[in-house]
Amino acid sequence: MREIALHLLDIAENSVAAESNNISIHVHEDLFHDRLSASVIDDGCGMDAATAERVQDPFYTTRTTRNVGLGIPLLKLAAEMAEGSFSLQSETGKGTWVEAEFRYSHIDRMPLGDLSSTFLTLLISHPQIDWTFLYRVTDQDKKSRDFLFESAELKSELGDISLTEPEVLKFLRGIFEEGIEPVALQTVPE
Amino acid sequence: MPAIKSLEELKRIREEALQKKQMKATVGNVQVIVAMGTCGIAAGARDTMKSVLNYIETEKVSGVTVTQTGCIGLCEQEPIVQVMFGGQPKVVYGKVNAQVAEKIMKQHVQNGQPVKENIIQI
Repeated sequence: MREIALHLLDIAENSVAAESNNISIHVHEDLFHDRLSASVIDDGCGMDAATAERVQDPFYTTRTTRNVGLGIPLLKLAAEMAEGSFSLQSETGKGTWVEAEFRYSHIDRMPLGDLSSTFLTLLISHPQIDWTFLYRVTDQDKKSRDFLFESAELKSELGDISLTEPEVLKFLRGIFEEGIEPVALQTVPE
Repeated sequence: MPAIKSLEELKRIREEALQKKQMKATVGNVQVIVAMGTCGIAAGARDTMKSVLNYIETEKVSGVTVTQTGCIGLCEQEPIVQVMFGGQPKVVYGKVNAQVAEKIMKQHVQNGQPVKENIIQI
């Protein structure tokens, strides 16, 4: 995987599989501290301590189709390669919190990537979940700018109209691209 | 930052969508399922999904359900897309990049003709 945004999509799918009702994704590009952090927080079924330890091992998986699971180990490796860190906390019945952190300016830090597509994909694929997407940029002068999206508000407005109706898709894409892309373009060096 | 650009806009969109639902025939009861396991995502499933959504938006196709599934054990065939058209049996497509996804949307989802060359026989 070549983008942090793709990793987030992958980790969030774990949260969906854990039967969460609420999932939050927070991304913070912090140029002041030269850090980039990304976290996925859910209120799903969680894991006991032993399982939480084992999911970081590539030769552990819950799926039955084959016996390697790479999602979490790949993200962990990506973070550690860029002078970052990876942490995972989980409690059975309460939920799971996954955070990956990178040194922003590290040469091996993978690009954040297409975060708006990740958000749109998650929202469309799992309309039953209440999503919170927070994207924050802090510039060198320590000034922050937030983009916040909460799907519960959208759902109550739309009522019985599906998210995959063309007009709704256009609206959503507009919100995400306007809220996320311009900032990312300004701050992520090519 | 406002979470929703404007509530008025959203309300207007809702009204429009409701009207269109009544006016024109929607394709009705078509489900598009994109596989989104780690293998699918690494193989480009998000771009496939983006292409499907983009088609719906630009061609104004109403009434399609888009959803996802996890790894179905055919990782070498990812990105995988499954289409359920009305009461017909589910069709499984392999190696669905953005272009193939567009073709599937046009031929199968809109016109009920499966794209034979990308079907995986399971």
